[in-house]
Amino acid sequence: MNVAGDGIRVIDEPSPGDRLHLVDLTKRFGDVVAVDHLDLVVEPGSFVAFLGPSGCGKTTTLRMVGGLERPTSGRVWLGDTDITDLKPYRRPVNTVFQNYALFPHLDIDANVAFGLRRTGVKGAELRRRVDEMLELVQLPGYGRRRVPELSGGQQQRVALARALVNHPKMLLLDEPLGALDLKLRRQMQIELKRIQTDVRITFVHVTHDQEEAMTMADTIAVMNSGRIEQLGGPVELYERPATEFVANFLGQSNLLKGTVTGTDGDRRTVSVGDRRIAVPADRVPAGGDGVLVGVRPEKITIEHAGGPDRADAGAVDGGNVLQGTLVDASFTGVSTQYLVALPWNAEVTVFSQNLRVDERLQPGAPVRLRWAPEHTFALLPGTAAAPRDDAAAPDPPVAVTPGRIADVVRDG
Amino acid sequence: MSGTGARRWLPYLLLLPGGLWLFVFFVVPMLTLASTSLQEGSLQSGYVLTWRIANYTEAVTAFREQFLRSFGYAGIATLLALVIGYPLAYVIAFRAGRWRNVLLLLVIAPFFTSFLIRTLAWKIILSDTGWVVGALKTVGVLPDNGRLLATSAAVVAGITYNFLPFMILPLYASLERIDPRYVEAAQDLYANAFTAFWRVTWPLSLPGVVAGTLLTFIPAAGDFVNVRFLGTPSQSMIGTVIDSRFLVVLDYPTAAALSFLLMLAILVLVVAYVRRAGTEELV
Repeated sequence: MNVAGDGIRVIDEPSPGDRLHLVDLTKRFGDVVAVDHLDLVVEPGSFVAFLGPSGCGKTTTLRMVGGLERPTSGRVWLGDTDITDLKPYRRPVNTVFQNYALFPHLDIDANVAFGLRRTGVKGAELRRRVDEMLELVQLPGYGRRRVPELSGGQQQRVALARALVNHPKMLLLDEPLGALDLKLRRQMQIELKRIQTDVRITFVHVTHDQEEAMTMADTIAVMNSGRIEQLGGPVELYERPATEFVANFLGQSNLLKGTVTGTDGDRRTVSVGDRRIAVPADRVPAGGDGVLVGVRPEKITIEHAGGPDRADAGAVDGGNVLQGTLVDASFTGVSTQYLVALPWNAEVTVFSQNLRVDERLQPGAPVRLRWAPEHTFALLPGTAAAPRDDAAAPDPPVAVTPGRIADVVRDG
Repeated sequence: MSGTGARRWLPYLLLLPGGLWLFVFFVVPMLTLASTSLQEGSLQSGYVLTWRIANYTEAVTAFREQFLRSFGYAGIATLLALVIGYPLAYVIAFRAGRWRNVLLLLVIAPFFTSFLIRTLAWKIILSDTGWVVGALKTVGVLPDNGRLLATSAAVVAGITYNFLPFMILPLYASLERIDPRYVEAAQDLYANAFTAFWRVTWPLSLPGVVAGTLLTFIPAAGDFVNVRFLGTPSQSMIGTVIDSRFLVVLDYPTAAALSFLLMLAILVLVVAYVRRAGTEELV
């Protein structure tokens, strides 16, 4: 056992034997496919988030890892052990439940000690570990209180302590911050990340809140319809979304229909409306000339198009330029959000920091939009992860490693 | 009357019908009964209030056996109802799925016929010439001259049967409220199915257990119908005695004293029980 920065013990060194490996995991509820042939490797010590809208299969996946749900097919491996058929109480894995599920008839001490007692820990050892854990979650001296006496945030910490005290090989968190208000949620995000760094246990976190996933996780698995749409670090997912779903679920994206028309050095040219947009060649997917060109709203600068359109059908200074008419401008405090109509029935959203506000930027004004080609990406339209039939061989699993941004999964 | 005045009086107005009802049919009879229990005399000469406390002591001495038997029968019947009712309520609450409402309906179905008719039906079922006794004799559980009717077993069985729904319904209500996630959390924390039940489900269902046992035990202790139909005078309970003192012997003071003693005994037992269950916040 090591001692972490603030004197809290590191529970266990991550060992490569504790790698979680989901193999071709499928769960059906009647006719509904909740999890669809999912393959994933989670390296020990990493913080992974399953991110997706409700019904995307993220919680079901977590419950299959915890043993609370049996897979219809596929296997769950933890290190060299196939735990697919193990009862939940035989798995070295603990869960922080949505709404915590703290036992209301027991005090905080007894809640935290519950798992330890089941495994035969007692006496001074039990006392020491419970106290140590309450200290880790910053609730020392709360042991004799009853659950309803604690605030939501405190209950959340107890739920965390109750799970972590057992030194699980993996901690599963099912929307753990969902019941907290915004401010507390932000606090707990930082807190959870700190605890994970201290204890170095694998955290598998389920959330529908993209900001939560990006703040805490090393690796995010964006899920949709029971499949992983894309896996990667927060920055990578944000800067290089691989599918339309990811581009829209993680932050906001402007997606414009275009056609790949040529190559210019390490860039490819995509014609969009009557314009040409430059996209780094490695961000243009193979498999079709019809693409969606994407750019995040905050990457675009907006200016009043005072004179004639000098950027005739091409890039100026190597940057991407579009002309349009300002439709709407709304002040949101840190930034102003502009909505710009393009000449060919498309709209672009721009977030602009309020550094210098041009008074001429009023609805109806002609505007010019500029952004760097490096901030541009291209997607195949309608790319949810390509559907696979049951007979297809499972894809090679994608690896999640702590602190390292994993390779982007590209389907098709 | 001003608007706020009307508002102030409204709660009392709403309490009035119930309050009147309780006054006329509970408070007045209780006072009458209390006065009767302290009277002296005979039916012929008339009863006079002489504050005769000895009515109570004599009643206890004379009917001690029936008191003990009442609480014995009621206790056994309550335990039996708990043992039968808990698994049933558990299944209805957690495992019945779409059959839940049908099963609940079946639990309360006996209430569609009267208490007396149901008890009489048991008399027929358990009768010496009935098929139950016949079958038990055939398999050798009962000796050839054995009988079910007119035994303590028949009385306890009748009480258990008649009050079983009062056990099942509160048990169901408290089990049904338990979030299944508590059980999942227990299993996640290394509790097997039995431990999860014993450490989580059972303690969380205690309010239902307390309510169910009280609702079964209290009426069972005062019951006299089951003894009358399914037992004999040698199984007589305190309810039987009160019934015959009032309506047959016409010894009103003793009957009234016995009634108060029964109430007091139940009250003491219930208070002790609820305290022991430590459930001031659970009930």
